[in-house]
Amino acid sequence: MSENLNNAELLKTCLYDRHVALQAKMSPFAGFMMPIQYDTITVEHNAVRQKVGMFDVSHMGEIFVEGPEAEKFVNWIFTNEIRGFEPGKVLYGMMCYPEGGVVDDLLVYREFAPEHFLLVVNAANIDKDFAWIEEHAKGFDCVVRNESPVWGQIAVQGPEAEKIVVEVLGLKEAVNLGFYTFYDTEYMGKRLIVSRTGYTGEDGFELYTSLEGTVDLWDRLIAAGVQPCGLGCRDTLRFEAGLPLYGDELSPEISPVMAGLGMFCKYDKDFIGKEALLDQKAGNLQRKLVGIEIEDKAIPRAGYPVELEDGTEVGIVTTGYHSISLDKSICFALVDKACAALDTPLWIRIRKKVFPGKVVKKRFYQTNYKK
Amino acid sequence: MSKIIEGLKYSESHEWVKVEDGLAVIGVTDFAQKEMGDITYVDMPDVDDEVSAGEEFGALESVKAASDLISPVSGKVVEVNEALDDTPELVNEDAFENWIIKVEMSDASELDALMDAAAYKEHIGE
Repeated sequence: MSENLNNAELLKTCLYDRHVALQAKMSPFAGFMMPIQYDTITVEHNAVRQKVGMFDVSHMGEIFVEGPEAEKFVNWIFTNEIRGFEPGKVLYGMMCYPEGGVVDDLLVYREFAPEHFLLVVNAANIDKDFAWIEEHAKGFDCVVRNESPVWGQIAVQGPEAEKIVVEVLGLKEAVNLGFYTFYDTEYMGKRLIVSRTGYTGEDGFELYTSLEGTVDLWDRLIAAGVQPCGLGCRDTLRFEAGLPLYGDELSPEISPVMAGLGMFCKYDKDFIGKEALLDQKAGNLQRKLVGIEIEDKAIPRAGYPVELEDGTEVGIVTTGYHSISLDKSICFALVDKACAALDTPLWIRIRKKVFPGKVVKKRFYQTNYKK
Repeated sequence: MSKIIEGLKYSESHEWVKVEDGLAVIGVTDFAQKEMGDITYVDMPDVDDEVSAGEEFGALESVKAASDLISPVSGKVVEVNEALDDTPELVNEDAFENWIIKVEMSDASELDALMDAAAYKEHIGE
């Protein structure tokens, strides 16, 4: 309700008119009026798994860091290790609070110019992140710029994504990109970043360019018959691929160690939150994120309790679906660490009934990334 | 425009009731199935469960969300539509043909509190 009352204050991406013209179901998300679906979520989900689909992700934030101490600074606020990571590469990781909770999860691009980085952050966190980054950049010789409002972004995802960006958009060098690498080119006189990244578990590209360029790219992709996809299937796709969503699986209360994302934290360097995360890694934590599969078609939803057979509550569901690609009812849940081992029997309370299940690997779906 | 059938009774929460052989046959409206999108699961009570007017008796689940089913009448469940266990999408195909439960009413006068087709049409703004 409150969201609806504030519709007037919601931001629109550069593709807003396109979504309305396509009669998308629109809903507020992260301060933007965003498309949830154009067709059914299942149709869009399957388009990405089987062929290709595209998403307006222009709401995401682009923050640039440049200057003689840019690397040193980014490595201080970022959990992953950027020293020795080459220009043209992309790294996933988090920014953490000193207590270990997460400010945001993000991608860091090492640009081709020395000591230039692009940080791509979640839409809901742009203002918070920029304030955090600016605050911590004091004392480092670097400049921080939030360019989010002037960048659009389209994600083209699916097994046919490469064919589409090469044949429809003429981005021939895309074939040379490995997963988590990018190159720079120009589009309509402005910079275009072609990045082999995504949030679906499939191969794909994220195309960052000017607002005008984004609209033009979108129109060409639509004309080529690429299925437009909304946030509805973006969530079902990322969930099946075991990818966390900030706010659900990562938050100020849920650290990367709790979320099972410790591999993105490198401890042979200093960064904000390191001591707290090392402490958690050593076993000093209450809960861990797990995958749970239940033997029924009933659907575990965020907020539903996870229990032991005797009804003792040991956790809570963070995201759950009846998986479209796997035809199983599965969820992520934050549970007491004593219940986090694979195959541990756990029960989920769904309305009036309790359904038995067990702990399974969080990557429910076999991802198909380009090597 | 959503399909509405004359002669049925309707609740504000988008269930319909048809009285057939003295039983209340209950389903959801075409408007409700359209709002939900692809229905992937129908959570139904068991036969012999008691249901109460205005109270939840189950749920419809789409990919994205769960929506409670609210009983328009009180009584005892005498039959559930078991076809919906394996093919919940039948509700999307024809929400009026594919009923969910049949109830032996304990107080048939509860039907009087429900809307007729014209009132329901107004209720959904069509």
